[in-house]
Amino acid sequence: MSKRFLCLLLALVMVLALFAGCTKPETPDPEDEGEISTEPEVPAYSFGMVTDVGGIGDKSFNDSAWAGIEKAGSELGVEPKLLQSTKQDDYPPNLGNMAQSVDLTLAVGFLFEDAMNTTADQYPDKYFGLIDEVVDKPNVMSVTFKEHEGSFLVGVIAGLTTKSNVIGFVGGMDFPVINRFEAGFIAGVKSANPKAKVIVNYTGAFDDPDKGKEVALTQFQQKADVIFHASGACGIGVIMAADEKDFWAIGVDMDQAAESTKNKVLCSMIKRVDVATYTVIQSYVNNDFKGGAANALELGLKEDGVGVGDGGNNVSAELSAIADKYKEAINDGTIVVPSTREELEEFEPVEIE
Amino acid sequence: MESMKSEFKSNIKNTFSEIMYPLIAIVFSFVAAGILVYAFGKDPIVAFKALFWGSLGDLNKVGETLVTTTTLILTGLSIAFAFRCGLFNIGAEGQFIMGGVISLWAGWAFKGLPAFLHVTITLIAGAIGGGLWAGIIGWLKAKVGSHEVINSIMMNYIAMNLSNYLIMTVLNEPNKAFSVEIEKSARLWRLSEKFIQFKYSRIHIGILIALIVALFTYYLLNKTIRGYEIRAVGFNPGAAEYGGIDVSKNIVLAMFISGLFAGLAGGIQTAGVQYRVNNLFGFTGYGLDGIAVALVGNNHPIGVILSALLFGILQKGGPMMQVEGIPKEVVGIIQGIIILFVAANFVRVMAKTFRGKKASHEAKIKEGVK
Repeated sequence: MSKRFLCLLLALVMVLALFAGCTKPETPDPEDEGEISTEPEVPAYSFGMVTDVGGIGDKSFNDSAWAGIEKAGSELGVEPKLLQSTKQDDYPPNLGNMAQSVDLTLAVGFLFEDAMNTTADQYPDKYFGLIDEVVDKPNVMSVTFKEHEGSFLVGVIAGLTTKSNVIGFVGGMDFPVINRFEAGFIAGVKSANPKAKVIVNYTGAFDDPDKGKEVALTQFQQKADVIFHASGACGIGVIMAADEKDFWAIGVDMDQAAESTKNKVLCSMIKRVDVATYTVIQSYVNNDFKGGAANALELGLKEDGVGVGDGGNNVSAELSAIADKYKEAINDGTIVVPSTREELEEFEPVEIE
Repeated sequence: MESMKSEFKSNIKNTFSEIMYPLIAIVFSFVAAGILVYAFGKDPIVAFKALFWGSLGDLNKVGETLVTTTTLILTGLSIAFAFRCGLFNIGAEGQFIMGGVISLWAGWAFKGLPAFLHVTITLIAGAIGGGLWAGIIGWLKAKVGSHEVINSIMMNYIAMNLSNYLIMTVLNEPNKAFSVEIEKSARLWRLSEKFIQFKYSRIHIGILIALIVALFTYYLLNKTIRGYEIRAVGFNPGAAEYGGIDVSKNIVLAMFISGLFAGLAGGIQTAGVQYRVNNLFGFTGYGLDGIAVALVGNNHPIGVILSALLFGILQKGGPMMQVEGIPKEVVGIIQGIIILFVAANFVRVMAKTFRGKKASHEAKIKEGVK
């Protein structure tokens, strides 16, 4: 008995020794360390991003946010840290973990609202950034977007492009952020083309291209010839369906023209999450960090936080001229774009020639 | 007297080896994981330091680890209990979700109750919700003979979508992607109310409930007739039936009890941790992690407690590893390796082969002497 354990222990020690040997090259030489310490002191910035369960790799929201952080990181020579949540109820400890190791923690997604409230109190001397939701804490800078304004413009383009007068909207999940896309889009369609009908469907997911494709094909059967999606990775399926059945898809968050093999992305509603994360980091670096709900940023058309991207060159000059007119009307307040279904019901379509 | 002594001795020896094998396996798996981390170009020492510091670094972190452990003990027990009856309850996930949403309803709908009563009602409602959800699967298995694995997987999807539907309609917090909050009286007592050291962790009294449930499970399975019957059905349903045990009844009952535990886990998650239920983008993972917890814990209630603690450490330490620059995927792989090493029981197999060889070698020597 004891002999066997001894053998096992010996084996263990041997393996451990191997593993200890492995780590040796990692430790820097004392000489190197000396050199580093003699270099002039640079102001040490540190920041990191915490994602919700969606995580990066979605070619839309989270990737865009990370792009902004990486840009700031490369400019400042800082390696940003990344924490992708695996469970929806682990947001508070995840934010806390990040805050312990960096000065500025960026939480990307409206799901962090509750967690941000507690964590911001817990680390009053740290900075936080929150995207897509507003939290009223002095050390939290909140950034939201007027997705409805950008969606309105692509709605105008869709309304003037459709031939069947049937337009589709594919949402990810039925909640307020996505409803903003829906309301703005429908308002845009109705303004440009009062005869057009918008079919609204939700996939119930953000990560399943198959579901997006399925819903898009169903809408195509109902004669929809332009389909706008706000459904994360499900949208890849919508674009695939557009390639297959030859109708127009409208991308979201990033310019998604490259996702289509047959150039069937009419245009994209761009949400500059990268600008948002970059802006927060800039204000932290430049010492003009402004927290609290009163200082929350809301990026709309005017601030170039949302806009229309036409990477596939599918929008004619005439159409984009009309879209620009609507943009001006929104910017000077002639049109107030609805952001909820209730506001949409009260919305009077405005036709601009 | 002598025999009792030796029996006691062998008992100790058995328990010792029961615990020793998984422990050695865990050590081995950490070594393997360390080599892997090194292969990814990261420092294993930094990685493991982050893992343990992130999960046990201070009292708040220990508290958070125990929050996860609480849930995992219960879902692990759920799987382990069904397993003892020969049932593979993949549906703990769905039962967890149903337990959570029904607890939410009970915690929100009743108003003005005294706290103790309200908490009890909330948890019991969740447990029974999960129990009935699992009972359906057991009933289908017993009466129709349809396989519980398929049914429970499907029931998971139904539970998730049903919960999402309820949260976005009747139980919805206006304009939010989550539900209303439960009443203050329905919340489990948090340690932070008394001990300032735990201020920023959500550790609550549920850990005690989970431990009591684990002991109760041990008692039920090993010291009662009902437990004996359930285990008999698990060993050999045919023989059990021949021995006069009602197999159908025990299958339904075992599934129901299994669901009670998973439902209670969901209830505790609502009443102790979240105070509300989120619109789910995908499965929470607690029910599915319960399978691994039960396997590593060898389907034994005490083993489940220990393995739930291990998984709590892994899950709460994982994010800190990510902060230290180790990709999320590698963290997942490390957890996978640990499960593989422990569940595959390879240390035991190795020890046995070793022992077998030695025995045959000794026998040969003896023969040679003759």
